[in-house]
Formats: sequence, C-alpha cells, structure tokens
Amino acid sequence: MSSRLRSNLWGYLFIGPFIIGFLAFTITPMLASLYFSFTEYGLFDAPKWIGFENYIKMFTEDPRYINSLKVTIIYVFAGVPLRLAFALLVAMLLNVGSRAVGWYRTLYYLPSLIGGSVAVAIMWRNIFGDDGIVNIALKSMGIDSVRWFGEPTAALWMLIFLSIWQFGSSMLIFLAGLKSIPASFYEAASVDGANFFQKFFRITLPMLSPVLLFNIIMQTISAFMTFVPAFIISKGTGGPLDGTLLYSLYLFKQGFEYFNMGYASAMAWVMLLIVAVLTGIIFLTSKYWVHYESEGK
Amino acid sequence: MTKKRPRYFLYHILVGGFAILLLYPVIWLFVSSFKESGDIFITAGSLIPNPFTLLNYAQGWEGFGGYGFGTFIKNTLVFVIWMLLGHLISCSLIAFGFARLKFVGRGFWFMIMLVTLMLPYEVVMIPQYIIFSELGWLNSLKPLVVPAFFGHPFFIFLLVQFIRTIPRELDEAATIDGANTFQIFYKVILPLIVPALATTAIFTFYWTWDNLLGPVLYLNSPEKYTVSMALNMFLSNETVSNWGAMFAMSIVTLVPVFVIFFIFQRYVVEGISTTGLKG
Repeated sequence: MSSRLRSNLWGYLFIGPFIIGFLAFTITPMLASLYFSFTEYGLFDAPKWIGFENYIKMFTEDPRYINSLKVTIIYVFAGVPLRLAFALLVAMLLNVGSRAVGWYRTLYYLPSLIGGSVAVAIMWRNIFGDDGIVNIALKSMGIDSVRWFGEPTAALWMLIFLSIWQFGSSMLIFLAGLKSIPASFYEAASVDGANFFQKFFRITLPMLSPVLLFNIIMQTISAFMTFVPAFIISKGTGGPLDGTLLYSLYLFKQGFEYFNMGYASAMAWVMLLIVAVLTGIIFLTSKYWVHYESEGK
Repeated sequence: MTKKRPRYFLYHILVGGFAILLLYPVIWLFVSSFKESGDIFITAGSLIPNPFTLLNYAQGWEGFGGYGFGTFIKNTLVFVIWMLLGHLISCSLIAFGFARLKFVGRGFWFMIMLVTLMLPYEVVMIPQYIIFSELGWLNSLKPLVVPAFFGHPFFIFLLVQFIRTIPRELDEAATIDGANTFQIFYKVILPLIVPALATTAIFTFYWTWDNLLGPVLYLNSPEKYTVSMALNMFLSNETVSNWGAMFAMSIVTLVPVFVIFFIFQRYVVEGISTTGLKG
C-alpha cells in the first residue's frame, strides 16, 4: 500500500464518524425537509405534493406567521445588540488590575451559566408576575406596576430582558479580547492627547472587531432559534395574544401540535434562508468594519 | 494614593452592587423555596423566610404520576453519561483526524463541519423525528444520544484548535519509535488534550442537563422524564398555589450546575474565551 493511500485511509478512518453522522443526521434530513416543504403532510397520510403553496400561504394567509416573524425580529434586533453592548460595557469595567475582578467576572457570568435552564425560565415567569419582585421594585420607585403577562409587547420585553440578563458569556469573550490589546497602544494615544472616546473608537473597537463579528453572527443565529424561555414563560402558548410566539415556538406548534409537518418544514427552510442571508450580510459588510491586525501593516 | 482609595471604593460599590442586583432573582428564588407556598407572593419583598420550612422540598421530591424527583434525576444522569461517552470518543477521534492527518478532501470536510455549526436544528428536526419514529426509537433516549456518537461541531472545533497547539515534533518522535497513527493519537495526543476534553465534558453536561426540546419531542412517559421536562410538567400542572414545590425543585436542578462550575471554573472560562462557546 502506498503511503499516500495509507494516509488517506487513516484520515477517513478518523473523521469517518463525522461524515456518517453528517450524511445520516444532517444532509438526508435536510433534503427530506426541503421535499416536505413542498407537500401537505399530516401525521397519518403520505406527503402530497402542492408546490409552493406552503410558502405562499405563509406570507399571504397566515397572520400568526407574520406576527411570529415580527416578534422574532424584534426579539433578535433588540436583544442581541443590547446584550452585546452590555457585555462590552461590563467587560471594560472589569478590565482593570484589581484582585476582586476574578470574583466579579464569576458573578456576572452566573446568569449565562444557568440561563438556558427551565428553572430560570420559571424564575423569570415569577419575578415578572403581578405580585413579583419586578413590580414591587417599580412601585417602590414610584412607577406604575406593569401587567407583564397582560400585554403582548410587555411580555416580549420580558423575554428580551431575560436574554440581556445572560450577557456573561459574551462578556468573558470580550474580556479576553480586551486583555490581548497591547497597553502600549493606549499609552501612545494618551501621549498624543486622545480622550476616552477617541481611544474607544480608534483602538478598542477596531481591535475587538474580529471577536465582535464572530459574536454577532453566533448570537444572531442562536437568538433566532430561541425556544425554551418562550415555551416555558408562555406555558407553551406563545401568548398573550401571540406576543411571545417566537419563530421556533410557532414552528414547533405547527409541526407537533397541529401536525402540519409540510408547513413546519417550509417554515424551517424560510428560517434557514433568513439566517443564511443575515450571516451573509454580516460577513460581506465585515470588510468595512472588521480590522485584522496583519492587514493593517 | 489618597486620591485613588475613594475611587476604588466607588468602583467596588458600583460593580459589586450591580452584581447583587443581577443575581437578586436567583437569591429570591432560593429564599422563596424555603417559604410556605401561600406566603411566597404575599411576602415577595422580603428575603427572610418566616416561618422557615423544608416542606416544599419534601413535596417537590415526591414528583408526580407516581414517580419521585429522584427518578427524573437518575434519568437525566443516564442521558448525561451517554452524551459524555458519545462526545468524548467521537469528537477526539474526529478532531485528531482534522488537526493532524493529511488526506484528500480535508479542507472540504472541515468547511462542511464549520457550516453545520451554524445550521438551525429546526431544519432537520421534523425529518429526524420521522426517521427515528420509523426506527421505533420514540419514547427512548436513542434519538437523543445516538447522534452524539458522530461528533458535535463545536467540540470538534475546540479540540482541533487545541491539538494544533501541540508541537508536531512529538508525533514525529513517536513515529521514529515505530508508533502507528492510532498509537500517536492514543499515546501522544490524547493525554495532552485532557484540558480540552474537560471543557467538552463540562459543556456536554450543561447542554444535556438543560435540554428541553429534545426530551419534549422524544420522551412521552413520565417514568422516562428528565429534570427539565419534570419542571415543565410542574409548571403545566401548576395548581392553585404550589409554587413552593416548583421553586424547590428548580433550586435542586440548579445546584449541580453551580457545583460543577465552581469546581471546574478554569475550564469553563477558558472554553468560552477561546472558542466563543455559548455557556
């Protein structure tokens, strides 16, 4: 056996599980889902080809779909930037040479650590209840209490607050990024008389931009797929008045509550398209705002 | 020096106070789990349970449908162990292949792997469900754990990055000593990537422990429920006012997460900072 053949064999032996898994659990289901998206497919009957009908119905005859799209877009485009801005702010606050920083870093990370759990969603549901501590705090500040479960917008913001609350993992990433910026850059800027904002926009942001790019992409995708908090907080309904009916939740309901598997598959493909287009836009615009060390010199 | 002190004091007041504010909901949940169920919202503003009771824990531990909460914890641990086995074995093999071996199509498959990292689960959810139901795997852990034996892109990526930092001279020395490729993996690389494997294990634990969608889709009899599903059932059975039991069991499910974090903090923080893993 030639050594080239042998090294190829070894290579495929090692990554073989990935290829098999990819074919069995990713590409085959994806193609099947693409096919189902053009069919009417309940639980008990065979899929029936209906062309683009699912896709047309989605955008013309299903106000709940349009609403869930709207709700999700607000959730993503309010939640992700606020969470990242918050993470960056706290990371900058913690980027000082104090011994207590290790402790603060841990404390700020904790919400992120437990954030995906059902327990936290239950907790969130209860602190925003009519008699919950959020309303108690509002009242003590002289603000009228809010019926968080009574009004769709308030309920959606309750979900957005939950996602902002979990800024800790992004903060850790930013903190690592901030630490890698050479102190000499800031010293040089100070000598030149730069103020805080000039340093932030001319040094910190450009140096962090590759990390920022990666975070924006991953967080946007995962925000689009948010399921657990909406499912728990609305007790699976997406209410009030579909105010927390995030895309994933509606897709789940279409597929596994109403058993419209074809329609749900079409929804999944639209979701994939949206995520792909968003990622594409972020990547394509990145050359205008992401700064890579090696290129600049 | 005299100027610095008050500023530092102010800094700690601000940053520390904000940390307490952030964690207040968790502290509140913890304290409330020791209050009498009927009192929780009447005395929501107070952080002292009066009277202090463990009744919620006793009630919650009884579970529902004739199955105690211990059963749900046991089920979840079985789930976790399978996931750990799957991820540790498959991801280390695959990562070694990508990081160290030269073969035709390596770049192509690596790119495919990175793309699957961004693929929404929803796109494969329905056909996977149909495939697993055809195989007769519904109401079992198989649909949840079998895919774990074929790698997970996040952990493969993490391990590849880690293996690339190991000097190739070590492999070459082993080759001269007559080791074959598998022996290099097993005897040289594997012992050196233990820290990255620890990160993989910790995050596998977290994601499995918290996984709700998977069990909701695939497990339907109460004796097979995981803790996240059991909590969800508590919520949908939420009768007049048994919040106490629900809060108590919420705390029970959070304890292992905290304990593991405080023991293995270094691996968690490094895992997140180096790969951007979402915790």
